[in-house]
Amino acid sequence: MPREDIAQFTIRSVQVLAEDGTVDEDLAPSLSDDELLDCYEAMKRARRLDERAISLQRRGELGTYAPAIGQEAAQVGSAFAMDEDDWIVPSFREQSALMVRETPPQRILEYAMGMEEGADIPADEHALPPAIPVGTQPLHAAGVGWGEAIQESPNVALTYFGDGATSEGDVYEALNFAGVYGAQTVFLCQNNRYAISTRLEDQTAAETLAQKAIAAGIDGVRVDGNDVLGVYRIVSEAIERARDGDPTLVEALTYRRSMHTTSDDPSVYREAAEEDEWEARDPIVRFQVYLENRGLLDEETKATIDERVDSEIADAIDRANAARDELDPADMFRHVYAEQPPELERQAAAFERKGDSDG
Amino acid sequence: MADRLRMVEAVRETLRAELERDDSVVVYGEDVGRAGGVFRATEGLLEAYPDRVFDSPVAEAGIVGVGVGLAATGLRPVAEIQFQSFLYQGFHQLAQHVARIRSRTRGTVTCPMTIRTPYGGGIHALELHSESFEAGFAHVPGLTVVVPASPAETAGLLTASVRSPDPVLFLEPTRLYRSFREEVPADHELPLGEARIVDSGEDLTIVAWGSMLRETLAATAELDVDIEVIDPRTISPLDTETIVESVRKTGRCVVVHEAPRTSGMAGEIISRITEGAFYYLEAPVERITGYDVPVPLFAREDAYLPDADQIEGGIRRVLENG
Repeated sequence: MPREDIAQFTIRSVQVLAEDGTVDEDLAPSLSDDELLDCYEAMKRARRLDERAISLQRRGELGTYAPAIGQEAAQVGSAFAMDEDDWIVPSFREQSALMVRETPPQRILEYAMGMEEGADIPADEHALPPAIPVGTQPLHAAGVGWGEAIQESPNVALTYFGDGATSEGDVYEALNFAGVYGAQTVFLCQNNRYAISTRLEDQTAAETLAQKAIAAGIDGVRVDGNDVLGVYRIVSEAIERARDGDPTLVEALTYRRSMHTTSDDPSVYREAAEEDEWEARDPIVRFQVYLENRGLLDEETKATIDERVDSEIADAIDRANAARDELDPADMFRHVYAEQPPELERQAAAFERKGDSDG
Repeated sequence: MADRLRMVEAVRETLRAELERDDSVVVYGEDVGRAGGVFRATEGLLEAYPDRVFDSPVAEAGIVGVGVGLAATGLRPVAEIQFQSFLYQGFHQLAQHVARIRSRTRGTVTCPMTIRTPYGGGIHALELHSESFEAGFAHVPGLTVVVPASPAETAGLLTASVRSPDPVLFLEPTRLYRSFREEVPADHELPLGEARIVDSGEDLTIVAWGSMLRETLAATAELDVDIEVIDPRTISPLDTETIVESVRKTGRCVVVHEAPRTSGMAGEIISRITEGAFYYLEAPVERITGYDVPVPLFAREDAYLPDADQIEGGIRRVLENG
């Protein structure tokens, strides 16, 4: 048998909103003026939460926090593409997307204050809690998307993970399961170029992360992750395909402008010049220029939005602090099983007597 | 209308009954569909429920992990891991997510998932097909770990596991799959977390489960001693009360398990006996266990597994002591 090519694959990359704020009109999604402004406000809210969270952590009022500064377009654009009953399956850096899904910032702060209350999710929110172990949650999203397919529901699961996660076996298993079962799932990889300190070229020899889909037999596409309109468009398309049982891996190429978490110091492993370069490509700045050019955003509107998100985040901080003051440590015993087993009941009682000699 | 079934048939008929009873039950795992499982525990289920029985890719982390998502959408995943030692590939999903999601979300997101897996030795299988990592799983808070010892117990406990609001790891002793038949009542449900007093007695308590319960009963049948035999059935959360009450009565105890000795469940059980029945003890509690070695390949397997003679020796020592 002669040698022959039996399969060819290509990876497409998309950008709608260029760095200078101009838009490719053929590709631009049809969003109303109000929707565009909502999108902008969501990005500003996310940025504000991250900034405040970092300073709270520095003051000792918050635990380790993973900011998403620079990734607002990837998160907000994708979350905006979801329908109300779709599922969000986040990692630990998805506060920008979660707030679009109406997760109150108070809950995000409570989680960062080390309280399980921050992962307390009403069933109708269709969200799973933040996943700390890297790359584990795409399997949950494959399960959600498969479960919805089994039940012939239109709901789609959208899961978020980073470039580092693509090295985890679980992520491949998730893509593969989704392909086999026709799971109604969209996998959004935010390639922010760094897994803590590890650069992409030390993470994989693959030219793109979108191509990781090919081995699993599902579609892969790359989008400029700092282009909120491009992300919205590509993820919208992926979600519609997912509703028909065709999962997609979307690689949103972005940049983590801030630290991995508040425990990290990026100056150890990257140059300030590189960070400056990406500051110029900031997703909020680009979108702002576009909105200004369209006449949707003037100084007054900007100031109003800034004031509103400032006060929302300030209120959320107050509420989270108040919740922390009322924290009941004994709550840790209450939800391990649906019904408390006798041994746990004994331990909970001993906890209440802590300090007594028979504890 | 009780049928006389083998354990593997009890698994199958229970799954069939639960698939029939509850549309939210889905069964999946490697080779569970067209082949009916490598032990045939799911034979015929795909034909009967083609929309809810699935062959899965060979990916144990995937099998465990997708269960979290299936459960979130309201389904009741019942997954098979082909052999217990392959669950090590999915252990992270089990410990990081399946078992703790209820606690970490304060009960708002739960994972009522059952993971069935054949475990233990005695069938001359390949390397790493005979493990008893039960204590490792029992160490995971939020997980319920069940080991049945007979066909009827399998039906009753598996029914309860599938219906449980909590994740259950259901460890099926491979050695018992086809070893004997027993009457299995229809729609049989047994409580989780409750031990069974298999035989009542006054002189000595033996705690044993799974395939070791069979060995224990073989040993006690030879002895003219009034022995109380307790099968915990659920090794986590453990029914301490039944064991402690029994030892308070008999004053003597032997704990038997196939798993390695160090950090095995016997250590935990004896510790609880010490806490609850120390002043009732007439003799040190003895444990008969596997050795602290990797389960050998099958040419040496019989040398590894505790047998009736060893259990009998343990009983004699505890009776003679004190």
